[in-house]
Amino acid sequence: MSPLDRLAQQVAEAARTVAPQRPPTFDAGAARRRLAAARGPVFWRSLEELSDDEGFRHWLRRQQPQLAETLAMDRRGFLKLLGASMALAGLAACSRPPQGEIVPFVQGQPGEAGGLPRFFATALPRHGYAQGVLVENHSGRPTKVEGNPRHPASLGATDIYAQAAILQLWDPDRSQAVMHGGTVATWDGFQAALLATAGRMRGNGGAGLRVLTGTVTSPTLSAQLDALLRRFPAARWHVHEPAGNVSGALGTTTRLHLERARVVLALDADFLLDPAAGVRYTRDFVATRSPERTGKNMSRLYAIEPTPSVTGGMADHHLALESYRLQAFARALAGRLGAGGDVAAAGAMEAVSARWLDALVQDLQAHRGASLVVVGTTQPAWMHALGHAMNQALGNVGHTVEYLDTVEKSPAPGGTLADLAAAMHAGTVDTLLALDANPVYDAPADLGFAAALRKVPHLLHLGLYRDETGRRAEWHVPQAHALESWGDARAFDGTASILQPLIAPLYDGRSAHEVLAALLGDEVRDTRALVRRQWQEALSDDADWAAALQAGFIEHTAAATRTTPRFATASELEAAADANAGNDDAQALELLFRPDPTIDDGRWANNGWLQELPKPLSKLTWDNAALVSPSLAGQRQLANGDMVALELDGRRLEVPVWIMPGQAARSVTLHLGYGRHAAGHVGDGQGFDAYLLRTSAAPWNASGLRLRKTGERYPLAGTQHHFDMEGRDLLRVGTLDDYLRDPAFATAGDRFPEPPPSLYPDRPRGEYAWAMSIDLGSCIGCGACTVACQAENNIPVVGKDQVRRGREMHWIRVDRYFEGGADDPRSYPQPVPCMMCEHAPCEVVCPVGATVHDSEGLNLQVYNRCVGTRFCSNNCPYKVRRFNFLQYADQASAALQAQRNPEVSVRRRGVMEKCTYCIQRIEGAHIEADKAGRRIRDGEVVTACQAVCPAQAIHFGDLNDPHSGVAQAKASSRNYAMLNELGTRPRTTYLARVRNPNPALGDEPA
Amino acid sequence: MSAVMPGTALPPVIAPDETPASVTRHVGGIVLHLPLGWRWMSGFAVALLLTTMLAAGVAWLLYEGVGIWGINIPVAWSFAITDYVWWIALGMGGTFVSAAMYVTRQPWRGAVNRLAESMTVFAVAVSGIFPILHLGRPWFFYWLFPYPDRMNVWPQWRSSLEWDFWAILAYLLVSIVFLYVGLIPDLATLRDRAASRGRAMVYGLLALGWRGEAQHWRRMESATLMLAGLSVPLVFSVHSMVALDFSEGLLPGWHSTIFPPFFIAGALFSGFAMVLVLAIPMRRLFGLQAYLRDRHIANVAKLMLAAGLWVDYSYAAEIFGAFYGMDRYEVAMQVHRFFGPYAWVFWSTMVFNVLQIQLLWFERIRRNHVAVFVIALGVLYGMWLERFMLIVTSLYADFLPSSWGMFYPTLWDIGFLAGSVGLFLALYLLFSRLLPVLSMHELRKLAHRHNGVAP
Repeated sequence: MSPLDRLAQQVAEAARTVAPQRPPTFDAGAARRRLAAARGPVFWRSLEELSDDEGFRHWLRRQQPQLAETLAMDRRGFLKLLGASMALAGLAACSRPPQGEIVPFVQGQPGEAGGLPRFFATALPRHGYAQGVLVENHSGRPTKVEGNPRHPASLGATDIYAQAAILQLWDPDRSQAVMHGGTVATWDGFQAALLATAGRMRGNGGAGLRVLTGTVTSPTLSAQLDALLRRFPAARWHVHEPAGNVSGALGTTTRLHLERARVVLALDADFLLDPAAGVRYTRDFVATRSPERTGKNMSRLYAIEPTPSVTGGMADHHLALESYRLQAFARALAGRLGAGGDVAAAGAMEAVSARWLDALVQDLQAHRGASLVVVGTTQPAWMHALGHAMNQALGNVGHTVEYLDTVEKSPAPGGTLADLAAAMHAGTVDTLLALDANPVYDAPADLGFAAALRKVPHLLHLGLYRDETGRRAEWHVPQAHALESWGDARAFDGTASILQPLIAPLYDGRSAHEVLAALLGDEVRDTRALVRRQWQEALSDDADWAAALQAGFIEHTAAATRTTPRFATASELEAAADANAGNDDAQALELLFRPDPTIDDGRWANNGWLQELPKPLSKLTWDNAALVSPSLAGQRQLANGDMVALELDGRRLEVPVWIMPGQAARSVTLHLGYGRHAAGHVGDGQGFDAYLLRTSAAPWNASGLRLRKTGERYPLAGTQHHFDMEGRDLLRVGTLDDYLRDPAFATAGDRFPEPPPSLYPDRPRGEYAWAMSIDLGSCIGCGACTVACQAENNIPVVGKDQVRRGREMHWIRVDRYFEGGADDPRSYPQPVPCMMCEHAPCEVVCPVGATVHDSEGLNLQVYNRCVGTRFCSNNCPYKVRRFNFLQYADQASAALQAQRNPEVSVRRRGVMEKCTYCIQRIEGAHIEADKAGRRIRDGEVVTACQAVCPAQAIHFGDLNDPHSGVAQAKASSRNYAMLNELGTRPRTTYLARVRNPNPALGDEPA
Repeated sequence: MSAVMPGTALPPVIAPDETPASVTRHVGGIVLHLPLGWRWMSGFAVALLLTTMLAAGVAWLLYEGVGIWGINIPVAWSFAITDYVWWIALGMGGTFVSAAMYVTRQPWRGAVNRLAESMTVFAVAVSGIFPILHLGRPWFFYWLFPYPDRMNVWPQWRSSLEWDFWAILAYLLVSIVFLYVGLIPDLATLRDRAASRGRAMVYGLLALGWRGEAQHWRRMESATLMLAGLSVPLVFSVHSMVALDFSEGLLPGWHSTIFPPFFIAGALFSGFAMVLVLAIPMRRLFGLQAYLRDRHIANVAKLMLAAGLWVDYSYAAEIFGAFYGMDRYEVAMQVHRFFGPYAWVFWSTMVFNVLQIQLLWFERIRRNHVAVFVIALGVLYGMWLERFMLIVTSLYADFLPSSWGMFYPTLWDIGFLAGSVGLFLALYLLFSRLLPVLSMHELRKLAHRHNGVAP
């Protein structure tokens, strides 16, 4: 920090102490009264404004924004990001082709020109499950991940993690050397240590040897683990997946067929973001949501959940119920459906729940065989059994739901992390081999894992980062990234993929296969050979092997389906349910642990793209916060950013609160993954560690929470502050009835059906007219487009301080609006890229002509010409322009330079930038078409946001071609242009969202 | 012409005992003989300190980028543009007093025109810093200039920013020439009376060989008339262009046809206020009571009131327009101004620019120089707030509520504003000791006309 900054900070602090701020208090009662008095659809703003009480008014008047935040520029966080990687100069020169022949997705022509990107198919495991991807490779550097259209878990799309994997690969903070204690060692040294371990174990059959992994679906790793357990019968293998799937523990994997379901009930189930199958489920689900295709047979989604989720945001009916009330509801519902459960419970229901119960029973039974009850992974096993029973009773099994023999490898009984911790405490563990696991950070607090480690003489750790566990380890070995290493993994449906490396390990990383092979004394040590040997039988022919590599998956490896799940028995079920039944103290609070929507269980904490990706519902970045309901906030006088102390079972954690509309009244949600201290420069010190409160007995939903306001404040960085549409018709929504009555309902109320007249020509007369259509009926608001765009277009990460100042750089953002009362509003996402206006307001105001129109209708930004007046941004009604207020792009670290897309300029400080419709892809297609002397074909240009979208909500193409996908999408009666009345004539238009509410439940937002 | 205009009871524009000789002695003496004095010295020290801060700020800005300010998306313009509009508007009043009064032959202009013209030049010069420094890449500001280059790139003539660039440039040049032409006879006087050879040389060079011949006077008179005739339309054009910087935008609160006259009114309003804020202390500092008389102060105060009422009418018209038009975004913008987080800016503007100036209806207030000074300072503050309100309350909440966002200034925002005030004061204080603060030749003319004493 410069002396000037320090001075500035001191003055700012002095100013703050002189002018103390009284935070606004939120009066939930007043808010409710106001809402009750309001007529028509009520959209609202930040909760303080909704409340509109005199105290808040007074505060607003008194508040001098001038003094509120004369914060000195905190460049520390920003520089931390920039300097994350100084040590790596010259690294790009170290990358080399990987060992072993890898096979591109599409074979290049012999003698093909250099410099053109090539795509390779591989898979990226998440929570052990494979997602098939195609990786773009520029001169040996992987730069971008796309989905694999033929892979069942991808169908061409990916989630945010697959996009961010590229940044993870090139992350300069990754572990770069074998460490023995605190000193740099060698792989040979580690192998010697493994040899010594094997020697120690030879006498006692491996007693004292423990292996810890995350979820394993890899056949090669499974076989190696089996071999290990055969070789050392007394050794144990433990699985710890901190945010993993508990239903798998039942021995059955549930496979949903959302594309066949007409009525879906999600019980605390965020299936659209399921780690293994979310991308596929999203595609299946939205297929039933397009009124053009489904007509009146559009599906209907009910969501009952304690904390709002992306899936809940897509629901036609949403009910916020605390976890224990949700479970009581599920038992009552099961009772009514004749699926066991508790028939009597229905009588004790509150009015709202009872109304829901009647409507649900009626609707589900009216769609026998085409309905679906989904229970979330955060619900206990008995709830899953209840869900299975309901599906059975509704005749859905074999239609909308199938069961697979579990794809995961299950450890023998006693293979949990709790068992491991018990053995460690008992002192019976001699050597713990942690493969890609970080239990020191993410073990439940009650296990005392870190303390138990003191009794373990030898901790061997393999990890991408020298994380909390790696720092405690006797030996730490850098792990090869999934893009650097051979391997295999199965998808949610069992389909196996071979992982092929795109680049040789940057830091001499090793795979888990290599470590186990060394421990086993296997004569084959090379990862590729190990994988090849595993698949020798199925892919005996080299041509088959090559075909599997090229396709990205192995045909006919999906698991067999069955119609009967292997459940706990009915008596076990009843016992579990009864044990739970007493737990419905209406005054108690419950604490929900959930994987973070962007950094998951914490393993992505050092990924700037994901840290800066706004959480889908709260739009917070760089932090987690305790999500509280508006009513709880009203009771406890909580405002956003107030610190509270959470106490659970004698453990205490201070966190800031965020008031989350749609949160169940007595539920408090805390996301996992934050509060790390050995994640790297980006992730360290961000947010609050929820694992400190988590117990193995109640990993997801814990009751008996005590919450107390501490009086402190904490700065949270959100990218959106107003969630109310102010009665404007920016995001248009209608019911299915509206649509059936008038398919053009979205534009029926337009004051200006046609844009106002203009002296300028309507549209340039180019050969192509590029345009985009975004289907709001499909968009789930996951944010994958934002990350994909960031990866494709070299968009910098700016850090929390800059986000707080309103300077995030995302070219496509996903806005979220709430409608209705604060307790349980409807919520709608809306992606906003550049609108590419025909009559762009930004163009006329630039004094140097740095933003101009081209003949194909693109609104171009000429970085070299831009002097940075920022008038264009002021004049952009959609506020999609982004300005480099400081030098955001890291020009120092070689690793991050190697990560960038060479076809997109890196912008310097002082210039404006914005969405380009991925002009580099358009130009690429132009060149190809020109070479072949033809027009660019429809579908040849796919923007990054369009490619990644699991919901296929984005169409892009040439409007001059009436048969193009985008032209057809725009021909939809739901098509409308945002802010049409301004005469901007946007090329990006939206398709209005259509909801399908159940008339029996009424259609007023709660 | 007699000492007092026939048929009126106005007090004379110059003290009855002043002679052309006493004018020269007194006003010229400020430059040639008066010791610097602690008041001037301490004022200059403060101004220099603030200027140094501005210089440090500029250095840091060039090194780090405009991100040192609090601007963001959506509020991409804030203090820098507010400061710019504020400063350039201050120049307006000066030109108007000087040029328009000249064209309309107002006799009382003689005592205030130099003060006003110099104020104009310095204010416009200071204002010019901001549009350049607020650029993301200030070193490329010359790209607004249509110079020939190999790539045939040209400025974008549809942008009001481009026209604004030309308007400021033209205005600054004409203002400097106008000031200089009026200075020439006085420079000659200083040349003739300078005690040291060096001074005589410098003033002599600047005086361009002025010998006071009738031919010289005639030429100067016609040049002044021409420049005054040029300046008056420039006053209107330059501030209309500043207004179009905003009206060209489609933002609610900017996209308004009344902006050009509205901005001219505001510019005159704040310009008159600045004349008062400078004249009242100068009068005491240099003992100029004989020339800058109560009548002058009262006249400028009346002008300020008149311009203020014009501004107030514009406020009313804007609010009326929004609610009469019932454009959703305009109405929302107005409601935000009234009740939003920046409501204090709006209401403060109303207090300073609407309410307090009504005191000037009373002659007693107009004759109380302390009161006039305080009111004028309030107007300057109020007009700064008004520009801030126009810029920020339109930007922070425009069309898409999802993109609404607050602006909070950093210390550098405030530092640049304070530093620009320092620079202006430093320039003005220097000027006051190097060149005559009042126009000696015009005052001599007045003394001659009114008191009838031969030069």
